[in-house]
Amino acid sequence: MKDFEYLEPTSLQQALEWLNTYRGRVRVLAGGTDLFLRLKKHVFTPDYVIDLKRAPGLDYLASEGQGGVRIGPTALQGDVARSPLVQRSFPALAEAARWVGSIQTRNRATVVGNLCNASPAADTAPALLAYGAQVKLASLQGERTIPLTDFFVGPGRTALQDNELVAEVVIPAPAPQTGGAFFRRTRTAMDIAVVCAAAVLNLTNGTCQEARIALGAVGPTPLRAPRAEQALRGQAPTEQLIEEASRLAAEEARPIDDVRSTAEYRREMVQVLTRRGLTQALERARAR
Amino acid sequence: MAKQVVSVTVNGEPYEVLVDSRISLLQLLREHLGLTGTKEGCSEGECGACSVVLNGRLVDSCLILAMEAKGGRVETIEGLAHDGELHPVQRAFVDQGGVQCGFCTPGMIMASKVLLDEIPQPTEDQIRQALGGNLCRCTGYAKIIDAVLAAAAMRTQG
Repeated sequence: MKDFEYLEPTSLQQALEWLNTYRGRVRVLAGGTDLFLRLKKHVFTPDYVIDLKRAPGLDYLASEGQGGVRIGPTALQGDVARSPLVQRSFPALAEAARWVGSIQTRNRATVVGNLCNASPAADTAPALLAYGAQVKLASLQGERTIPLTDFFVGPGRTALQDNELVAEVVIPAPAPQTGGAFFRRTRTAMDIAVVCAAAVLNLTNGTCQEARIALGAVGPTPLRAPRAEQALRGQAPTEQLIEEASRLAAEEARPIDDVRSTAEYRREMVQVLTRRGLTQALERARAR
Repeated sequence: MAKQVVSVTVNGEPYEVLVDSRISLLQLLREHLGLTGTKEGCSEGECGACSVVLNGRLVDSCLILAMEAKGGRVETIEGLAHDGELHPVQRAFVDQGGVQCGFCTPGMIMASKVLLDEIPQPTEDQIRQALGGNLCRCTGYAKIIDAVLAAAAMRTQG
């Protein structure tokens, strides 16, 4: 590793000050499960590392309105997976967080860090996209909130300026009859996802009011499947329609061949996982 | 070179060590404190051989900067036995044949102990989930699971 100075902010504000002063030469450390390895391999060579965990009170999972949630920048994947609030309102996110690495990983890794690392295969991204999450970006100059759909700009790249950090992820309260589900294909539990999908839909009088389908590891960023979503919107969600939407989602995926799998297999699995996701989301919506 | 003093409690003992900002908690334990029970397997947070308990949570120490443990409490395998008496989990691993080369064993035992502290009578499925972050190349896991079940049974016997 290149030598760096380890900084301990006492507050988010202090972290923002240092991030501004040292912009371009500094990295923010949360759980470290991604950052540590990048430092070790000289992918990043900052002069300063700000350990955000030293600022107290940023690891929160707080209620927002009627069933929504605000996730703090150092909130752990393990805590998200186990949170009764998240399990109740956003089961697809709780399920996704449970897939992250091992218990050891989930006791350090953060949801925000998962997003900032911006792997196209990030486990929590599809569920957060499908639930319509917003991301609050903060710098010394102020805050701006953008939809998560605008946060990922390329593999490993986000909309963050080099003096900004993610201060919070907000998921608005779901509509009354909302169901969500997450499915993932992988070689072993510890591996990066080969393909994953999250589906969230809500019903009004048996009709699908809103549908969101998000896919991981099948494009340069986690992505939504708008044509598949549109096929469901305003329609009665029959088995046939779910099959059609799954087919469309597979068309909208942009997978590649890599060490973990082929584009062909991934595209095939998008259809399977989307169908399973929509079917389970529908069951859960009906059960509410 | 950026060095700082790390004050950390390990197995109930306070330590103060002047370290380079780049070293991992694993290196701190093994190379600076001489606690070599915790093993370096993959150095990537995949195998669990370096598992310790930090501030009450099971973690891979190879992915944690020593600096991050400043002011913290660490429990390692060396802290389990008392007055020469093995901890029940250690005893069970030995008795059940859950140890072959022994390299994964400290990590396995830490993970098992954490599980049993939380779920005193786990199912086999819960054991598999809890040890999912610890790899073993020797045993095929069967006797490791037997060991955890045996350790759980020992607890009901007082």
